[in-house]
Amino acid sequence: MNFLQVTINLAEGFYTTLLLFAITLVGSLPLGLLIAFGSMSKIKPIRAVVRGLVWIIRGTPLMLQVILVFYGPGLIFGLYGLDRFPAVVIAFIINYAAYFSEIYRGGIESIPKGQYEAGQVLGMTKTQIFFKVVLFQVIKRIIPPMGNEIITLVKDTSLARVIAVNELLNSAQDIVGEHAIIWPIFYTGAFYLLFTGLLTILFGKLEKKFNYYAG
Amino acid sequence: MKVLEVKDIRKKFDKEEVLKGISFELNRGEVLAIIGSSGGGKTTLLRCLTQLVTPDSGKIVVNDDVIFDGESEHRMSDRELREKRLHFGLVFQQFNLFPQYNVLNNLLLAAKLLEDERLKKAKADKKMRKEAMEHIEAKAEEILKRVGMYEKRFAYPCELSGGQQQRVAIARALILNPDILCFDEPTSALDPELTGEVLKVISGLKTSDSTMIVVTHEMEFARRVADKVIFIADGVIEEMGTPEEVFEHPKSEKMKSFFSKSVEVIAGGKKEE
Repeated sequence: MNFLQVTINLAEGFYTTLLLFAITLVGSLPLGLLIAFGSMSKIKPIRAVVRGLVWIIRGTPLMLQVILVFYGPGLIFGLYGLDRFPAVVIAFIINYAAYFSEIYRGGIESIPKGQYEAGQVLGMTKTQIFFKVVLFQVIKRIIPPMGNEIITLVKDTSLARVIAVNELLNSAQDIVGEHAIIWPIFYTGAFYLLFTGLLTILFGKLEKKFNYYAG
Repeated sequence: MKVLEVKDIRKKFDKEEVLKGISFELNRGEVLAIIGSSGGGKTTLLRCLTQLVTPDSGKIVVNDDVIFDGESEHRMSDRELREKRLHFGLVFQQFNLFPQYNVLNNLLLAAKLLEDERLKKAKADKKMRKEAMEHIEAKAEEILKRVGMYEKRFAYPCELSGGQQQRVAIARALILNPDILCFDEPTSALDPELTGEVLKVISGLKTSDSTMIVVTHEMEFARRVADKVIFIADGVIEEMGTPEEVFEHPKSEKMKSFFSKSVEVIAGGKKEE
């Protein structure tokens, strides 16, 4: 297999990786905020249930969750199972939403009470206070941990191969196994490095953008 | 003319009674200074007035509008609560400016949101809306000039000194035209050399129709600016009267001992200089 053929094969796998990455983010970023509100709820049962779920999801391997979502519906309930890619997407969205929710919660709880009180005495509604005052400050504070988590997601996409989704690493392993050449693995590493490198630069820029004020 | 009537306000946190029946009245244009040692309930009283904390019982009336009535069964909606709160402005010890907005926008944020709400209710057209918003912007600039912060209107809070931040916080409270402007230890978080500028701005606000309540440790300021002084200890009003009555002829033992300690502190401080 020559360089061009390998590149084409890997690019196909990389497309799946990218797709999984993008859909996971689009789904888990808002879902995480919802879970964060649940875990801060004033209603105790809601808080307990949500925190329990977060514990289970963060406390078990993502690979296990992928396997469960793929085989579970069929083997447990006798339902017609999900296709491979949607199964991975669902497991990833739930898993990452749980992690994001804790980052959001940390960010929201770090905002001083005085900011809410200032909004209240100025006659603002709770929604206005959250969206016009608090949220922006939360985003500034969570950019570094979010960057961390999102870079982890890039590499976690490789777990999809456990149910034979043809993502980047899976394509590379196929080539290595079939043709007994090792260099495509290094080449794959370069794909990941390039991707995470771009994200690192992006997050650096984002952080700078929020640096116009301190606090 | 009576602006504020506070009747028998009580508040418990857990089992500890912080306010044990506070009653007083305030007339239009009066400045009330509330003094007393820390933990005596001064700040809680202000927070009860501004409804950041709900009292357990008692009654608060501003300009014949009942803000709080412990007897009433009626539970206020969020909207009502917001409206009632706007009778009061509150300047915090820690300023609590919004760090992501510049000085001007710190003033404009809430003012514009409230105006927006009113315009929507009145079904205002584009032209009315534009005029109203321009009016608010002009007002913000005028108020910033009054507190001497106009030149810094595009600065962010983090670029300002504590004294400047507090002056902006005062301006932010003023733009909503509260009936009563409250200050919660406005200079306690400031370096000593910065308290002067803030106290000067506060005394400068005193006119015939601006009613103010100032919780403070600045005895000299209370004596000079206040029309009425309340001394609170352990959740009870121990002393109430004109500055002269309270400072020169205190009746209660607690006030006498509090005052002698404050004087010692002032005298001690002077000696060091």
